[in-house]
Amino acid sequence: MNIVVPIKLVPDLVEELEIDDDGTDLDRDFLSLRINEFCDHALEEALQLKDAHGATVTVLALDGDETDKVLYTALAKGADRAIKITGIDGAATSRQTANAVANALEGIDYDLVLTGVQAADDRDGQLPVLLASRLGIPHVSVVSEVAIDGDAIHIKKEYAGGVTATLRAKPRVVLGVQAARETPRYAPVSRVRQIMKEAELDEVEAGDVGAGATSSVRRMFTPDKGEGAEMIEGDADAIAAKLAEILNAKRS
Amino acid sequence: MSQDIFVVAEHLRGTLADVTFELLGKGRELADATGGALVAVLLGGDAAALAGGLGIADGVVHVDHPSLAEFNPESASAALVEVVAQRSPRLLLVANTSMGMDLAAAVAVRRDVPLVAYATDVALDGDALVATSQLYGGKIYTESVLDGPSSVVSVLAGSFPAAAGKRDGSPTVDAIAAPADIDTGRIEFVALDEPEGGDVDITAQEALVCVGRGIQSEDNIPLAEALAKALGGAVCSSRPIVDSKWLPKTRQVGKSGVKVAPKIYVTLGVSGAPEHIEGMKDAELIIAINTDENAPIFEYAHYGVTEDLFDVVPPLTEKLES
Repeated sequence: MNIVVPIKLVPDLVEELEIDDDGTDLDRDFLSLRINEFCDHALEEALQLKDAHGATVTVLALDGDETDKVLYTALAKGADRAIKITGIDGAATSRQTANAVANALEGIDYDLVLTGVQAADDRDGQLPVLLASRLGIPHVSVVSEVAIDGDAIHIKKEYAGGVTATLRAKPRVVLGVQAARETPRYAPVSRVRQIMKEAELDEVEAGDVGAGATSSVRRMFTPDKGEGAEMIEGDADAIAAKLAEILNAKRS
Repeated sequence: MSQDIFVVAEHLRGTLADVTFELLGKGRELADATGGALVAVLLGGDAAALAGGLGIADGVVHVDHPSLAEFNPESASAALVEVVAQRSPRLLLVANTSMGMDLAAAVAVRRDVPLVAYATDVALDGDALVATSQLYGGKIYTESVLDGPSSVVSVLAGSFPAAAGKRDGSPTVDAIAAPADIDTGRIEFVALDEPEGGDVDITAQEALVCVGRGIQSEDNIPLAEALAKALGGAVCSSRPIVDSKWLPKTRQVGKSGVKVAPKIYVTLGVSGAPEHIEGMKDAELIIAINTDENAPIFEYAHYGVTEDLFDVVPPLTEKLES
């Protein structure tokens, strides 16, 4: 089975996010990008399927800062091929990203697409369903387990409260992965360095990524901190004493 | 141009989802503002039984077909695309849930209408609809202008009060014939499974200690368990902890987990992503401990601490025990 994993890079949410002078987008000059955590899970699930069934795994990502590192890391983890989609950058909307990935898939033989169910910057929708709808193939979102049985793909879809549905799909299908069956594996830096020397990243042109019907952002802002928490300061012991007082008052 | 507001009425095992009432309440407000009708969209399900709970709507449209008996992303998307094609509502509201995520983008692409996701509010501003989205794990908001004839907005659960959308009644049910592509057989429903029982029911606890990524390692979970024990409660977690298998799925709070409203909710290293917030914001007393002073959790907590949890939790547990 040929599995494709489109990977989104997103701003590292641990870092401070700045809004640009227009007030309608992030200031992208100093953004530190990393792999979308759900895409990391999608990659892990693809590699698990490869380990169990001998699939080939191809990773794709839009060209931009950190893209090479993320793709080489995926190769170091066990992906077979990595493709950089050029001519479009990380500021692309989800819909443009879906179109770019769909264009890239035209030249690839694939059965199954696994990608992150969502990303922190999906203002105009999540990639899996945008991509599947553009490709005209089925999709399942919020997937936590994938199993291959001959020509059938068994999928676990999560609902609220721990309820899950099992669905069966035939290739081709796009799955929005919520969580892999195992914590995403780690690639040692030495292995990534070695791969960077040995392996090559393929490149394809994004092609026409026409935005389709879209909305415009009139304002981007940080939430009002006015009604936030009352912060408790001091050394650890003083804080613990104050918290114990608050908690005991609530318990009594 | 239609001024109608359509709301997808999500249902599982014959019960309407709470989030549907949240959307209907907001939809009512918007329909009153645009002068259009509020219409609930039922895909599958027993329309006669479910419509009685949708009294706030002016009407219900129902698509029925054997492939819609259980949620099937392929069939449900085809049905909803057909509804939107026939009725072209000014706005389609979909919950940003497991089902809703499989619907919203499908309609947007196949009908070529704009989609705004992760909305926490939608308002009519002059002639345009404006949707406010919560992005980047709750750290950034955007206002998107939807000035075209038809749009889709997917809304985060917990954004509006459900009470505003709950009204019994008997709205007229219009059937819309299932489209030809409703059952391609490319996706089949196999089974629906309830979570395994036997674990602590975190929805029944008066005190919860919630661990997030900041707990760093499975080895540190006992630290949280000791605090929970001192408070007479239990440990729960945000999604990454369950995804890492450090705690069972039964302990997950938030989207795809459970909703809780205990007397006491103490978070340890939880950032406060929207998916988590929707599951716990009704707790009576929320205390958040997180070294990132910009973590969104501090917007929802009553008290906040930015000291290292590993320094604060042991003395706190000790003081509560004595």
